[in-house]
Amino acid sequence: MKLTTTLLATTALSVAASAVAAQEMTIVSWGGAYSKSQKLAYHDPYSEKTGVTIINDDSSAEAVAKLRAMNEAGSVTWDVVDVVAADAIRLCDEGLALEIDADTQLAAAPDGTPASEDFGDLLVSDCFIPQIVYSTTFGYRTDMVGDTAPTDVCAVFDTATYPGKRSLEKRPINNMEWALICDGVAKDDVYDVLATAEGQDQALAKLDTIKDDVIWWSAGADTPQLLADGEVVMGSTYNGRLFSVIEEQKQPVAMLWDAQVFDLDGWIIPTGLSPERQQAALDYIMFATDTQRLADQAKYISYGPARASSAPLVGQHADLGIDMAPHMPTDPNNAKNTFLYNYEFWADYRDDIDAKFQAWLAQ
Amino acid sequence: MAALTPISRKPQSFVLPIVAAAGAFVGLFFGTANGSGFMGMLGGAAITAGLAWIYFNVLKNEGLARWISLAVALVLCVYLGGVPGVILGIAFGLFFWWFSYWLYEGRYRARLLPYLTPGQVLWHYGFRIICGLIFFFLVSPLVPVMWLSFNAQDFFTFTPEMLRFDPDGYSLKHYRDFFTNNEWQRSFKNSLIIAPIATIISVSLGTLAAIGLSQSHVPGRRAIMAILISPMIVPLIISATGMFFFYSQIGNFLEGTLGFNKNFVGYVKVILAHAVLGIPFVIITVTATLVGFDRSLTRAAANMGADPVTTFFRVQMPLILPGVISGGLFAFITSFDEVVVVLFVGSASQKTLPWQMFTGLREQISPTILAVATILVVMSILLLTTVELLRRRSERLRGMSPA
Repeated sequence: MKLTTTLLATTALSVAASAVAAQEMTIVSWGGAYSKSQKLAYHDPYSEKTGVTIINDDSSAEAVAKLRAMNEAGSVTWDVVDVVAADAIRLCDEGLALEIDADTQLAAAPDGTPASEDFGDLLVSDCFIPQIVYSTTFGYRTDMVGDTAPTDVCAVFDTATYPGKRSLEKRPINNMEWALICDGVAKDDVYDVLATAEGQDQALAKLDTIKDDVIWWSAGADTPQLLADGEVVMGSTYNGRLFSVIEEQKQPVAMLWDAQVFDLDGWIIPTGLSPERQQAALDYIMFATDTQRLADQAKYISYGPARASSAPLVGQHADLGIDMAPHMPTDPNNAKNTFLYNYEFWADYRDDIDAKFQAWLAQ
Repeated sequence: MAALTPISRKPQSFVLPIVAAAGAFVGLFFGTANGSGFMGMLGGAAITAGLAWIYFNVLKNEGLARWISLAVALVLCVYLGGVPGVILGIAFGLFFWWFSYWLYEGRYRARLLPYLTPGQVLWHYGFRIICGLIFFFLVSPLVPVMWLSFNAQDFFTFTPEMLRFDPDGYSLKHYRDFFTNNEWQRSFKNSLIIAPIATIISVSLGTLAAIGLSQSHVPGRRAIMAILISPMIVPLIISATGMFFFYSQIGNFLEGTLGFNKNFVGYVKVILAHAVLGIPFVIITVTATLVGFDRSLTRAAANMGADPVTTFFRVQMPLILPGVISGGLFAFITSFDEVVVVLFVGSASQKTLPWQMFTGLREQISPTILAVATILVVMSILLLTTVELLRRRSERLRGMSPA
C-alpha cells in the first residue's frame, strides 16, 4: 500500500510539475539520426529562445493514417509533422494539413528575397514547407566489387561483373525508372514509357533479370545494416544513411551517385488545432525554416537545405569536422545525372503500378 | 546419488560406433565452417573413435587419457578457430574423454534401476536430450542478443574482432547510450509509471471480478467471464483501434470539459487501456486458486462476527495470494511489453520502452535496443527469482509455524 501511495504521489507531482512548466509541443519526425539533426539544429535553439518544451514523436512513417484517425476522433495530439512531399500533397488534398502562405508566414532570406522565391519550385504543395532535399541512391562495398568500381547505375543490373546480392526498396517507385534507363530508354522518355502497360512490363522484365539476387528493404536502416554485414554488394537507400555508414561508421562503402532520385521532405501543420496551438506551430515553423536554421541542419546530416539562400552557408560536420558540401546530393559533382521524384506521375499511376509490382514480387 | 546398479565394461563394438557418431556430429559443424562438411564428419569420427580405441586397448589409463583428449581437442580447435577455439577445445576435449569412458565402463547404467531393458535406458537418455534441445531452442535466441549488445559498432553484426574475443571489438557504449540518452530515459520512466499503476488497477478489479464470478448464484456468470476475458482473445490490433476512438472521446471530455492537464489525461488513457489488457490474466489465475478455496472458512469467519470486508482481507486474501501475485506479475509484464495499444492510445509524452524499441528498430538498427533488451532480461530474471524465493520462504515459514 505504501508503494501505491508513493507511486501515485510521484505521478501527481510530475503531472503538476509539467502543468506549471511552460508550454509543450509535439513534433513528429522520422527518428534516428534525422530527428537528432533536427533536435540540434531546430528544437534546442527554439526551446532556448521561447521556453517551449519539444517532444519528439518518431511516427512520420504512419503520419497519413494516424492524422486521418486523429481527425476522425477529434483529438489531434501533434503540432508539427515532418513528412515527405508526396504525403504532404495527399494530406493537403484531404484537408488534413493547414495551407501556408509562404511570403507572410515564412521568414524571408537575409537579403530580403521573399520565401516563395527562396524555396522556388520546391514548394510543391500549398501546405508543404520544404526542409531538405534528399536523394535515394546506391552505395556499394568497395571490397566486394573487384578492381573496377561501378560508376553507372546499370551496375545494379550487371550481375556478371558485380556478382552478389543487391538490396532494393520494396516498392515500384525509383526501381521502375532505373530498370527502364538500364534497358535503353532515354531519361527524358522514362515516364512516357512507364505510363503504358508495355512500358511497365518492360521495366518488370528488366527487374526480373536480377530478381533472384535482390533483397527487398522497407526501412531506411536495412541497407546500411546489409552493407555493413557484407550481405549485399550494393543497395539503394537515402544518401544521409550512406553518409553515416561511410564517414561516421567507417565501413568500406562508397557512394554511387549516378541516377540518384531527388525527393523533398518538410513540415506540415495539421488542421484541427486550437488557435493557440496553431499559432505556436506557425511560430516554430517560421523559426525552424529560416535560412540559417536550414543551413545548420547540414552540420549534422548530409541532406541539402531546401532554400537557395542556405546553400552558401553550409559548413563543416559538427563532430567530424569534414566539409559537408561534397557530401550533399545537390553538389555539382554528385548531381551529374539526377532525377526529381515525379509527384504527378506517381500520384496518377501509383495504385496501378503498385498492384502490378506486388503481383510480380509474389510470382 | 548412490549407484543402483553394478556396472560392467561394454564391448568396444558398441562403444566405438557411438563415439564416432558423436564425433561426426561435432565434426560436421567444424567441417562446414571450414569448407567441407563431409570431410569434417569423416575427420571427427576418425579422430574420436581412434583416440577411444587407443585409450581402451593401448593406454589403459583414464587419467592420462583426459590430458591427451584435452591436448588434441585444443590443438584442433585453435588451429581451426583461432583464440576463441580454446574454450571450445577445452569443452570438447573433456566431453569426449568423459563420454568414451562413460560408455566403455558402462557408467551410464549406474544410476538407473537394474531391471531396465536397453530400450528403456536409451529412452531415459533420449528424453533428457530432447528436453535439453527444447530448452536450447527456447533460450538460444537470447544469447546472440546479449552478446551483440556489447558490440563496439553501430550494427547488428558480429565483427571479426568480436569473434576473435579482441577487447577492441567490445564496448559498453550502447549501455552508456541507454543511461544517458534522454529519449530512452524518458520512455523507461514512463514504463515505470504506467506498468505498476495499471497492474494495481487490474489486480484490484480482476480479483474482485474473480471472487464475484466464483459465487454460484451470480446470473450469467459464464457470459460475463467470456466478456471480461475477451481482451486476451480479440486480436490486439482490433482492441487497439477500438480503444483509440473510445479513449479519444474520454480524453476530450477530461481535457475539454473538466480541464485536466493534457499530459495527465494521456497517462490516464494509457493506464486504463493497459489495465483492461491485464485484467483477464488476474481473473484467470485468481479463479484457478479460488477452486481450491474452502467456502466454509468464510462462513466460519462470519459466524465469529467478522464482516465481509474483514473476512476478505484476513481470511480469503492470504489464501489466494499466490494466484493474485502471479496474476499481477502477468499484468505487469503485459503492460511493460505492450507496444500496439500504446502506439494507438498514447501520445509521444507517454512513449514507453517497447514503443521506443519499436521505432528504434524500424528507423535505425541500433544495438542500444539490444542493450535495453539485455537489461530487461536480467531484470525479469531477478524479479521472477525474487518472487520464487519469497514464495518458498513464506511456505517454509507457514510449514514451521504452529498453526
